Amino acid sequence: MFRIKLDWPLVIGLLMLGFTSLVILWSAGGENPRLIVNQSLRLMVAFAVLILFSQIRPESWSRWAPMIYGAGLVLLVMVLLFGYTGKGAQRWLDLGFMRFQPSEIMKLGVPMMVAWVLARRRLPPSSLNLFSALIVLFLPAFLILEQPDLGTTIMITLSGLVIVFLAGFAWRYIALLGALGLVSMPAVFNMLHPYQQRRILTLFDPWSDPLGGGYHSIQSMIAIGAGGAQGKGWLQGSQSQLEFIPERHTDFIFSVYSEEFGFVGVFMLLLLYTLITARGLYISYNTKDSFLRLLGGSISMTFLFYVFVNVGMVSGMLPVVGVPLPLISYGGTSMVTLMAGFGILMGIHSHQRLMSN
Amino acid sequence: MEQLELKDYLHETKLIQGRLFALGIILILLVLTLMTRVWYLQIYQHEKFDVLSKDNRVRLVAVPPIRGQIYDRKGRVLAENLPIFTLEIVPDQVADMRALLDEVARIVMISPNQLKRFEAALRSRPGFEAHILKLNLSEEEVARFMVNQHRFPGAQVQARLQRSYPYGGELVHVLGYVGRINQREKDSIDPQAYKGTEYIGKLGIEEYYESELLGKVGFEQIETNAHGRPIRTLDRMPAVSGNDLVLNIDAELQVKARQILGDRRGSVIAIEPATGGVLAFVSNPTYDPNKFVNGIDHRSYGELRDDPQRPLLNRALYGRYAPGSTIKQLVALAGLENGWSASQQVSCPGYYQLKGSSHRYRCWTRVGHGPTNLISAIMKSCDVFFYQMANSLGIDKLHDFLGSFGLGSKTGIDLRGEPDGLMPSREWKRRVKGVVWYPGETLITGIGQGFTLATPLQLGVMSATMANRGQRVEPRIINHMVEGAGDGYTAMDFTPVIRENSQVEFNQANFDTILEGMRGVVESPEGTAHYYIGRDKSYSMAGKTGTAQVVNIAQGARYDASKLTEFQKDHALFVAFAPVEEPKIAIAVIVENGGGGSSVAAPIARQIFDYYLAAETNEESASLARVTQPDSGL
Repeated sequence: MFRIKLDWPLVIGLLMLGFTSLVILWSAGGENPRLIVNQSLRLMVAFAVLILFSQIRPESWSRWAPMIYGAGLVLLVMVLLFGYTGKGAQRWLDLGFMRFQPSEIMKLGVPMMVAWVLARRRLPPSSLNLFSALIVLFLPAFLILEQPDLGTTIMITLSGLVIVFLAGFAWRYIALLGALGLVSMPAVFNMLHPYQQRRILTLFDPWSDPLGGGYHSIQSMIAIGAGGAQGKGWLQGSQSQLEFIPERHTDFIFSVYSEEFGFVGVFMLLLLYTLITARGLYISYNTKDSFLRLLGGSISMTFLFYVFVNVGMVSGMLPVVGVPLPLISYGGTSMVTLMAGFGILMGIHSHQRLMSN
Repeated sequence: MEQLELKDYLHETKLIQGRLFALGIILILLVLTLMTRVWYLQIYQHEKFDVLSKDNRVRLVAVPPIRGQIYDRKGRVLAENLPIFTLEIVPDQVADMRALLDEVARIVMISPNQLKRFEAALRSRPGFEAHILKLNLSEEEVARFMVNQHRFPGAQVQARLQRSYPYGGELVHVLGYVGRINQREKDSIDPQAYKGTEYIGKLGIEEYYESELLGKVGFEQIETNAHGRPIRTLDRMPAVSGNDLVLNIDAELQVKARQILGDRRGSVIAIEPATGGVLAFVSNPTYDPNKFVNGIDHRSYGELRDDPQRPLLNRALYGRYAPGSTIKQLVALAGLENGWSASQQVSCPGYYQLKGSSHRYRCWTRVGHGPTNLISAIMKSCDVFFYQMANSLGIDKLHDFLGSFGLGSKTGIDLRGEPDGLMPSREWKRRVKGVVWYPGETLITGIGQGFTLATPLQLGVMSATMANRGQRVEPRIINHMVEGAGDGYTAMDFTPVIRENSQVEFNQANFDTILEGMRGVVESPEGTAHYYIGRDKSYSMAGKTGTAQVVNIAQGARYDASKLTEFQKDHALFVAFAPVEEPKIAIAVIVENGGGGSSVAAPIARQIFDYYLAAETNEESASLARVTQPDSGL
C-alpha cells in the first residue's frame, strides 16, 4: 500500500520558514504582489519536490550517486562550453516562472558521490581513498568557479568537506591543517594584489572605505543595528524601505528582517534554523547505513552553512559572496535543491522507522 | 569488500555518530557566533546605528535610461526625447508644505489641476521621493526659481527628458505613445527595471517593442547635505540607453496618404511586397499623441472618445470590413486551380438563381454583363460570374483557398491585439450560429459579402501576396534596430518572414490570367477603375475595386440620427500593386461610407502610387547622377 511518509517536525519547521519568507518579502519587495505570487509558486514546487524525494527508497541514492554526479558533470562542462560560444553566459535553464542552474544538481550530486566513494571502503578512509574523494569534490567545484559562481563553489566545497570530516578524517590532521592555515596567512596575504588586500581589510573595517567596497556592508549593518531589540515593526524599517540596501529582497533580505523584527525576531529565526538542522543531524545519527549517515549529515549541515555565510556577510562578518538566506530569500534556484535535500532526509527517516518496526 | 564492511560496521557507526555529535557542537558554536554578532549590532551598538540610520546621507538614486528613438526608413525622427524643466518637491525635506506651496506659487504659475495631482501623489507615494509639482517650466520661470532657490528647501528644478512625437497625429496609430505607468501595468512589470522611469509604451510600436526601447536603469550613489540636497556623486553605474528603432514606414508617404484621405474616415496600408515592410499604416482621423504623454485631461479625452468620427479607433488594425469585390480575383484563382478554364463563359442576365429556388441574387448592374469569361469578369467585377464559380467550388474549398491568402487569420504584424478577421466555414457557422450552412451563403461569400470580415491590414497583406504571386510575407513595421549603448553600432536586422502556409504551389499560368484581369481593372477601357485612374500613367498597375455594404465595425457607438444616412453609405475599397512586372508597393485603401470603390478608393491609391514611384525613381536617378557627375553640385 502506498502512503506518503513525512517527518512532521521537519515539515512544520520548513513551512514556518516559507511563511516567514512571504511575510518579509512583502516588506522587502516594496509590497509587490507579483513577488509574493512567484515566491508562493516556487515554495509549492519546492514542497512538491520534497514530497516526491521523500518517497524514494534511500538505498537508491547510493546506487544512483555515480549517475547523478556524472550527469551533473557533463551538464557543467556543456554549460561552460556553451557559455563561451554564446557569450551571453547561459548558466540558466528557463522553466517559465523559475530558472534552473545545472550546478544545482551538483549541490546534491557532490555530497552523494563523495559519500559513495568513502562509504564503499572501510572508514576512516585510507589516504588513497581520501585522495579520490577530494578529486571527486574539487573537479565540479573548479568547473563552477569558472562560471564564475563563487557562492555556489563555496557551498559545494563545504558540503563535501563535511563528509570527509564525518568519515573520520583524523583530528590531528585537522589540527595540523588549521595551524598551517593560520601560520601561512600573513604570507598569503602578502602575495595578494593590493586591491584584494584592500577588500579583505575592508571586511575588518568597512568604515575605511565607506563609499566603495564597504557601502553594501555598512548600509546593511546600519539596518540591522537600527533594528534594536524589538525592531521597528513590519513595513516600518526606514533603512530597508528607503532602499539603501541593495538586493534587499534576495541576498540581503536578512537585514530587512533584522531591522523590522529586531533581535527578538533574529533569535527566533536562528533558533528555527538550528532546530531544523539539529533534527537533520538527529535523523542521520539514528540511521543504520554509513552512506546515508554521511549524506544526511552533509545535507543538514550545509543548510546551516548557508545561514552562516549569508548572515555572516549581511552582518559584515564575512565577505560579500552571493549566497541566499535559505528558503527566505526571493529566488527559486536554491530553494528546490534545498527541499530535495530535505526530501532525501525524510526518506532516510521513514525508511529507518520501517526498519525498526 | 562486503565482508570488510560488515566486520567494521560497529566501529564505523561509532565513528560517524561521534563525528555527527561533533557537528552538533559546531552547529551550536556557529549559531552562537551569529547571535553574538547580531546582538553586538542590535543591542550593544544600537544607538550608534540608530543615529546613523536617521542621518544617512548616502543614498542610491536610480538613473532612468534614455528611451530609444524611433526613425522612419529614411532616417526621419518619429519619436524623440526632448529636455523639459520640471519643478519637483521632496516632501520629507519640507518643514511646512502649505507655506512652501504658497511661496512657490508666487514665482511659478501653479494651476489648481497641478496642485490636485501633486496632492494625490503626496498621499500615494513615499515622502523621500521627488514629486512633480509642475511640468514644462518656461525658461523665465526656471530663471526666477533659480534665483530664489535658497528660500525653498526641498524644492528643485530638474531637467528631464520627455517623449515627443514631431509628426503629431500622423503616425499615432502605428507608433502609439508612451504614458504614465498605471496601476494595472505596475502589477505586471519588473519594478527594478522601471526604477526612475514613470513612462511605459501604451500602444503601437512603443508598446510592442517596449523592452527594446526601455534601456537599462543605472544607479548613482549620492551624498546629500542635512537638507537632503545632493552635494556630490560618489559612484555611478551608468544607465544604458534603449535601442533605437528604424521602421519600414516612410513618414512622407504616410503624411501624403493621410492628406489624400483628408477628412474622410478610412485606412491606407502600403506594403513593400518583397520584404513585407509596411511603408504606410494610415488610420484616419487621428489624434495627437503628445497630449497623452503626461496624461490627457478629462475634457479633451472625453471629446476624443465621444467624437462620432472616432479618432481613437485604429481602423487599419482593428477595423473589420466586408472585403466585397476585392477578393474576386482570389475566387477566380481558386476556380482556375480547380478545373475552370480562362475561356469558360458564364452568361450574366443581371441575376443568378440557385436550382429549385426562386430567389434572385443580383449582379451589381441590373442589365447584366452578357456572356462573360474570367478575365472580363474580374475587370467588370461581374457578380453573377462569381456566384456561379463560388457555387461550383463550394464553401469548403473557398474557405481553404481564401484562408491561404491570410483571410481569417492574424497577419503576424509587430503590433499588439490584431484581430483574426473572419473567413466563414461550415464548421464555424455550426459552432457560432448553431445552424447549418446554406448554399446561398456560398454565393455571397464568393463576392466578399455575407459573413466575411477582413481588416485593412489583412487586405494589404493580401494585395502584397498577389504582387508576390502567392508568396505571403508577414507585414513588418520595424526594419532594424540600433543598439543604444553608445560604443559600437551593433545593428539587428529583421529578415522577412514568409508564412509556411503560403507555399501553395500555384500554376503560374493561372496567376498570369488573374493578373491580366487585375491589370484590366485599371488599364482596360472595360475595367471598373479605368475611367477614374487608368489614364496618363507612367507605370503598370494591377488592382481590384470593391464596394461593400456597411457592417458595424465596432461596438458601442451611438449614432446621431441626422447622420444616419451618411453612416449607412457603402464602404469604398481598392487593393492594388505596381509596377506589375516588379512590384514595389502594394496597397489596400478603405474609405468608410465613401461610396464606390472605383470612384473613391481607387483614385487615392493612384495618387499614392504616383507619389511613391516618382519619389523612388527620383531617388534612383539622383543617386545615379551623383555617381556620374560628382561635381555637378547635386
